[in-house]
This record gives sequence, structure tokens and C-alpha cells, in this order.
Amino acid sequence: MSKIHISNGHIIDPANNIDKTGSVYLADGKIVAVHTSETNGFDFTADKTIDASSQFVSPGFIDLSVRLRDPGQSYKGTLLSETSAAAAAGVTSLCLPPDTRPVIDTQAVVELIHDKAEKAHYNNVFPIAALTQGLAGSELSSMYALKEAGCIAVSNADVPFSSLLVLRRAMEYACSHDLLVIYHPDIPSLSNNGCANEGAFATRYGLPSIPEASESIAVAQCLELAELTGCRLHFSQISSKRSAIKIQQAKKYGLKVSADVAIHQLHLTENDIEPFNSAYHVLPPFRTDKDKLQLRESLANGTINAICSDHQPHDLDAKLGAFPETEPGVSSLETLLPLMLKLVKDNAITLSQGVAALTYKPARILNIQSGSLSSGLPADLCIFDTEQHWEISQDNWKSAGRNTPYWGETMKGRVTKTIQAGKIIHSL
Amino acid sequence: MTNIQLNQNGKLKHFLSIDGLNEPILTEILNTAESFTSMSKQQVKKVPLLRGKTIVNLFFENSTRTRTTFELAATRLSADVLSLNIATSATSKGESLLDTIHNLEAMHVDMFVVRHAISGAGHFIAQNTAPHISVINAGDGQHAHPTQAMLDMFTIRQYKQDFKPLKVAIIGDILHSRVARSQIQALNVLGVKEIRVIAPKTLLPSHVESLGVVVYNNLEEGLAGVDVVIMLRLQKERMTAALLPSEREYFKCFGLTEARLKLAKPDAIVMHPGPINRGVEMESSIADGPQSVILQQVSNGIAVRMAIMSLTMQHNGVAQ
Repeated sequence: MSKIHISNGHIIDPANNIDKTGSVYLADGKIVAVHTSETNGFDFTADKTIDASSQFVSPGFIDLSVRLRDPGQSYKGTLLSETSAAAAAGVTSLCLPPDTRPVIDTQAVVELIHDKAEKAHYNNVFPIAALTQGLAGSELSSMYALKEAGCIAVSNADVPFSSLLVLRRAMEYACSHDLLVIYHPDIPSLSNNGCANEGAFATRYGLPSIPEASESIAVAQCLELAELTGCRLHFSQISSKRSAIKIQQAKKYGLKVSADVAIHQLHLTENDIEPFNSAYHVLPPFRTDKDKLQLRESLANGTINAICSDHQPHDLDAKLGAFPETEPGVSSLETLLPLMLKLVKDNAITLSQGVAALTYKPARILNIQSGSLSSGLPADLCIFDTEQHWEISQDNWKSAGRNTPYWGETMKGRVTKTIQAGKIIHSL
Repeated sequence: MTNIQLNQNGKLKHFLSIDGLNEPILTEILNTAESFTSMSKQQVKKVPLLRGKTIVNLFFENSTRTRTTFELAATRLSADVLSLNIATSATSKGESLLDTIHNLEAMHVDMFVVRHAISGAGHFIAQNTAPHISVINAGDGQHAHPTQAMLDMFTIRQYKQDFKPLKVAIIGDILHSRVARSQIQALNVLGVKEIRVIAPKTLLPSHVESLGVVVYNNLEEGLAGVDVVIMLRLQKERMTAALLPSEREYFKCFGLTEARLKLAKPDAIVMHPGPINRGVEMESSIADGPQSVILQQVSNGIAVRMAIMSLTMQHNGVAQ
């Protein structure tokens, strides 16, 4: 395998407190060394040198929630199309929620996914196992076998549990196998098939609405169960102020909980929704300014550990209809970096915090050896240009899903190279 | 965002919602409707404005009343009218909304009048139909029912002339009411002094004040000194959804009685979009009483819908 020298880049590796120009050396698919000052006597003959001057070099991004739509919904996206979108986004590891078709509740499905990932030459697709059989919310899945097969965590995606008792048992059982439980907080009887935040926007346009409490009550409930069961708990894609505050209190109290937020929730609110434009139909719904500001603050103070894309590509038909009838979700991998950089520009977080939330912090949640540039770790990196402007258009887009509210807009900041286990999987 | 209802000259091309329309546009509708009212009293109740045009009433939700007035309005404009009850036809065979629309487009129709149970259906059709076709929203989900709102405005103007000094109370299920949303927007555009909504909290949308209304949970307080009383229809299913305990209790708190009506101005008018649940929303004696203008609303509905149909067709460049 080739030896790569990435030179003159601004290295940003929050786990190791590096934020300086220097060189990164890769060999045999691993990181050999990072040098930020002249080093005498370092003997490295590179097969390939990448000049990264005026660009940033960081660990590859780790995305906690990416729907590949494969297996089962290849009309929306395939493992090949969506992992190439991931590569273009600088994402070198991704977690696949269990709501594929069939559901990830047997070893066979896990193997199928691994096979497909291998054929797509994309290394780190981490399936998340279903917490209950068929995601039906009532009977436990074979979590141990699924962990053996390579599942990284367990979750019921956004499918509700039939009772709190089942959730409790599932958390206990996961805990006995040291599995991380990923929980999507929502009380379905309160969200009541809504499609927009319960606020001024839904009121004006007469849309079925979802109160903030449908999320924050679920957070509160599950925090109680986390204490009762002692399980490692991760909240996925929180969207509201009160959820963030409850998680902050729980952490202070000493619970083993973590949380992530979808990148678009840090930018868009109900006020930004173009009336009846289904590209803005997302769950949880875009909330208010107050929520957005709290989410940003919680990200900065570490309450929210990670940023994810919550990538959900759709076919055209899924978004062609009256707003409430369309399917929720945004194709969001490829806007991950520019939108993170926009947070930095808005002074919501520092670049180092943004990279941390995309690299070593999700790695810690998943307990994987990745997310930093420490010697010996897999050579998963990305190189990005914070100044490059690019237009979101068919020519510049890899995902099969074009469902983004940003379609046609010009983004600032672009991943120019992505390296996975020492192999260049994306290069502009 | 540009208002898809307007053509490049800022004139009405579709009529989907009151949202985004200004006072001159609403007044133009009211004035045009005025010119049609005398016509219904004539021997020959027809004008040739839309002769040779085909109007399709697409009703994905059943409604005899609204559909009938649209049919009459179109007929009096000399258009050919086709009424389709899609609730019981194509979409139940799995045909998508858009396929239905495209099929009808292929038959060279000129206007769709659409009623649909989902909010935003009218906008969706307007955005996806051929450019020469006008779309009129005859009610979409809980979003808008702008022709009903305009006929209500027309009726208010008939009795009160000037909108500016008026205090208007809207009573009942605001949460689920597309009529109320459109009325509130229209009343605000026309510049009434005050709009009150009166309902229990379970029947009010969150942030209802953001629509530009004052909220009352008590009917007596809300009725004091108003010029116009608009009652909304209460659907039976509100009881099963735990929004209200019973019709009886609703009538006790929010039913319009003769005694309560006395709290409003002596010359206050009482309106209702119909059909009335007598003894639930109001006493029968009020519905049939001297202050009720409910049947006048129905008659006005035809003239107002004629106005809206002819104006949108004109601005789409197809009327003669």
C-alpha cells in the first residue's frame, strides 16, 4: 500500500490539540506521524505527496446517522450512490440506522450490508441493529448476535415502542451486552402525525403540528430509564431547547448520556420554511429561533456531543405532493461541511469545536478507534478548502436524493480530498 | 418568495389563499361581485364572460353546498362545468393527484376548482399544472377557504359598509377551521379595528395571536360591543378526539343565545358558514332571527365566486 505525505496543510486535530500548519504521513492504511515543526532524522519516502497548502487537514468525519436506502429502497438511493456522497462530504465512517428493508435485525442483513459496502469500496459502514424485532417495538432483537455480526449500537430508529416496559427491558438487555442505545425522542401520541413545529408557521398555514413537548417528554422519560437501567444512552437528532436543557442537567448529575443534532437544525427554523415547499419537510420539524440558539449553545458547551447529517435521500415522487403528504427528510451529507463552517462564521462555535463534533466526539460515543490523527489509527482523513465556493447542482451532487432546501444555492467550503484507510476515495 | 397566485402584473391568476393579497385586490373582488348581484334577480341569469371555457370542480372531499355554488357561478358565467367527486373515484384506484390533474389538462380544461383534505393541496396543484390553467381553492385541509372568506367580507360590507371601525368576533373551532384562517387574514387586510377569537384552549391553535387576533376564552366577555358575530361549525369528531366533553357543555359555554347576543352591539349581524348545528353553535331562534344574515351569505356566495372565477381567468389571459 502506498505511502502518502500530506504537506503544508493546516492540520486540525482537536483530540490531540493540534491546530497548526504541518505534515501528515500515512503508510499501510495507518497514520504514521503528524509533524507541525521541523523534525530532523524522520525518514519517510512518500509514493505520493499531496500539497494541502491553504487548506485544512482533519480526521475524516464520522456521521452518526446516514440513511443509505440500501437494502430495500434503491429507488431513493443505493449504497454506492450514498457512500460516494459520503466520500464527497469527507465522511469516512457512517452509521446506518436499522430501518432498512428488511430491517437490520438478523445477521444476514448485516452481512448483506457489509458485502455491498465492500463492493462499493467504502470501508466503514456501521450498521445499527434494531432494538426490537422488525422494529415493531414489542419483542427484543437478538442483540448479542447482531453485535457479533458487526453492529455498532442498537436503536429503534424513529419507530415507537409499544410500552415503556419494552423500552426498559431493551435498555437493560443492551446494557448487559455493553451496547450503546440510540434513542430518537418522540411521543407519537403527542406528535400526532404532525409535519411542522407547533408555532406561528403551522398556525398560519393550517398544518398538523408537533409540540416541543413531544420531544422533551420523551427525553425526560428516557433519562429516567437510563438511570434505572444504567445503560449507555445516546439521543439522536434533538431539536428543541427543553430537550437540550434536560440533557445538560442529566450530564451534570452524572448520567452516561450523549446527544447529537442534525446539521440543518442548527441553521433553519420554522421562519425559514417556504410555504408548502416539501424540501423543508423534516422530522423533528424545524423549530424556532429560541431552539436554534439553544442547540448552538449546547453544541458549544458540549451538552450536544456530535453533529450528524441525518442524511435522508428521497426520490422525486416522495417530495411531490401537498406538504403534509410528502415524506420527511433532507439529503444532507454534502452540505455537512459548508453548514458546519457557517456555524464558525456565525461565531456559534470555533472551527476546532466543529471538527471535534464531527470526528473524535462521535468516535467516543461509538467507542471506535478513529476520529483523530494519532499514530497507528486508520488513515481516515479529509482535506477541505474553507474558501471554495460551489453551487449545489446536478453536476456537483453525488447523492441520488436532491431533496435539500439548499438546492441551487452557492455553498462556501468544500472537501477536496477524502482518504479512507490510506486510500483516496474522493478527489476534486 | 413570490406569490404564485399573482401574474407578472401583480393580478390574481390563481385564488388559493388570502395570505399575501393586498387591499386593492380584495376590494376589486368585492366590487366585481357587486356588479354580479343584480344579475341573479334578472330573468336571464347569465353573462357570456366565460363562454367556451371549461371549468372542472375537483372535489377530493365531499361538499354539496360549496360545489353547488361553484357550479351555479360557473354556469352563470356561461362556462362548461364538469364536477368530479374524486373522493369516490380515481384516487381510490391508486391514481396520484398529479396524474388526475395531468389527465384533465390533456382534455384542455381552463380552470380547476379544488377542494382537498390536505393543507397545501391547492398550492401544489397550482405549482404543477399547465400555465394557462387557473386554480381556485375551495378549501384545503385546515389551511384556507378563501372564497368563503370573501363572501363573508362581501356580506359584512353589505351590512356595515366600512370595515375600518368594526369589531368582529369569531367563535368556535378555530384550530381546525380553514374558514377562520382565511377570514382573519381578509379582515386584517381590509383593516377592521379588532378581531376576536372566542373558544376553549383546545380549539385554538398555538400562537393564534400571531394571526393578529385577540383571544377570549369566555364568550360573554368576547361578545361585548362587537359589530359582527361569526359562528363556526363544530364537527362531531371533536368530542371523540378529547377536545371537548360534550355538545351540551359546548353550548353552555360557547353557544350563542338570545341573552348573549344582547351583549353585542344592537345592530350586530350573525354569520355562519353553514351547515348549522342548531342547539350546538346557536339557538334556532337566532339562526332564523332578524340579526342572522346566514342565508344572505349563501346568495352572496354565487356572485363572489363568479367574480373570483372571471377575474382569475381574465388575468390568465383567457376570458373574452
